[in-house]
Amino acid sequence: MFGFWEGALAVFEPDGFVLPPPSEIVGAFFDDFDRIFTGARVTGFIIVTGLIAGAIAAMVAALLVTRFRLASEIITPLAVAISAIPIIALAPIFQNWFGLVSSRPNQLIVALLVFFPIFINTTKGLSQVEASQIELMESYAASKSTIMREVRIPNALPFVFTSLKLASSLAVIAAIVAEYFGGRQDALGNLITGNAGLARYAEAWAAVLAGTIIGTILYVLVVVAERRTIPWHSSIRGTETTSGG
Amino acid sequence: MSAVEIRNVSKIFNRGRANEVHAIDDVDLAIESGEFVTLIGPSGCGKSTLLRLVASLLSPSEGAITVAGKSAEQARLDQDYGMAFQRAGLFEWRTVAKNIELPLELMGWNRADRRRRSAEMLELVKLPEFGDHHPAELSGGMQQRIAIARSLAFNPSLLLMDEPFGALDEMTREHMQTELLRIWEETATTVVFVTHSIPEAVILSNRVVVMSPRPGKISEIIPIDLGERSDDTREDPEFFKGVTRVREALRAVEGL
Ligand SMILES: Nc1ncnc2c1ncn2[C@@H]1O[C@H](COP(=O)(O)OP(=O)(O)OP(=O)(O)O)[C@@H](O)[C@H]1O
Ligand SMILES: [Mg+2]
Repeated sequence: MFGFWEGALAVFEPDGFVLPPPSEIVGAFFDDFDRIFTGARVTGFIIVTGLIAGAIAAMVAALLVTRFRLASEIITPLAVAISAIPIIALAPIFQNWFGLVSSRPNQLIVALLVFFPIFINTTKGLSQVEASQIELMESYAASKSTIMREVRIPNALPFVFTSLKLASSLAVIAAIVAEYFGGRQDALGNLITGNAGLARYAEAWAAVLAGTIIGTILYVLVVVAERRTIPWHSSIRGTETTSGG
Repeated sequence: MSAVEIRNVSKIFNRGRANEVHAIDDVDLAIESGEFVTLIGPSGCGKSTLLRLVASLLSPSEGAITVAGKSAEQARLDQDYGMAFQRAGLFEWRTVAKNIELPLELMGWNRADRRRRSAEMLELVKLPEFGDHHPAELSGGMQQRIAIARSLAFNPSLLLMDEPFGALDEMTREHMQTELLRIWEETATTVVFVTHSIPEAVILSNRVVVMSPRPGKISEIIPIDLGERSDDTREDPEFFKGVTRVREALRAVEGL
């Protein structure tokens, strides 16, 4: 694919700065490695902390909603309202609150953006339990919290991992786009806007490449955690037999 | 003392609302300790509802149910009965052995006792080598046997089974019936069993309770006297007599 990309650019010779050839992007990546590495560290930190905070909040909210009717009546409409907000559009507002060069507003954007998909999926997993499994637990006189621990939470884990995979790429997008509006000057988003503004397209693309790498690492980490946590699940066992045979 | 006493029990779902259903109407039934009683009847006649009332998973709208002399609720809290459903309902995240051990865990058995017990139960249902497998690796019939092992694991004096063999093929089903009879004879458990199969009801039971729908009532109770079952019981004239009697009772109920 990269060969085709290089070749097509060589044949059609577009203006050069619109889409640089991959060799130039990789070159820029290594020439500019120090700045890109710093950017990746700064943005990566925002992505990871925002993702963790958003995921924890979403899972706690899902547990409360499933366990207590009152919580459900308060949290569910709130979560739906949050999901209706174009969260990325809040970046400049948050940056006004916390200061233009702070990481806080961007962490908040990431956390808010990943909250809803994780919340919805976790809630689904906690509540979509086979009715006879709940009856079975009730026949053992199991309490609500025992049912939560022994049935609902394990039942929700596959849903949680599915949503975390989705959230890991959302988090990368959220952090970088939020940085277009403000945040630390050495972050990836600023590197992209800065370089693009100076027509240094290869450098801008190199920063995008760094974002892609962060997203991929996160995704792989989630998949590894998934395999270790729910080896019994059909999706995992399915892939095991395919790769094995 | 009866193992189960159902006295003038009625169950009305969604009482007073547009979707009100009179599921059980004035049912009276006493089940002796060690007895095997089967409920049979057309779909929707309230068999599962009656079983859930005995299990105290539902509470009666009228009447009262006692299990081993206690209220059904108290019997549930004391874990006096084991239950098995049409769907095996195993937990896919637990190994087979751990599924069987679940009720024991909840009752606070220690690990060594649990292990020993689940190994015994796996022997009983003839799947001794599957303890460390996950349920998804077992066939439907094997899963159902595990569910039965689980319902028996803590030696309940009462076993409530709602179409536990419904999903099995005919041969596995007969095999499971034989197993269940063997377990029942060995453990002196009282069994209340729901089925749609006439031969199954006859081969298993001391009494077959035929129910009629809308609202669910007992229309006839047929005693079965086959003595100790053997491989030949299914060819015994007494067996066919029982089958015919139950079939006729069901015909009457369905107005055929
Ligand atoms: N939780 C419930 N809420 C409302 N109606 C119910 C509920 N459970 C059962 N019913 C109704 O009660 C009646 C009896 O249902 P039940 O499940 O006991 O029948 P059944 O004899 O077990 O039928 P089947 O042989 O199909 O399993 C049906 O009309 C059913 O719609
Ligand atoms: Mg039923």
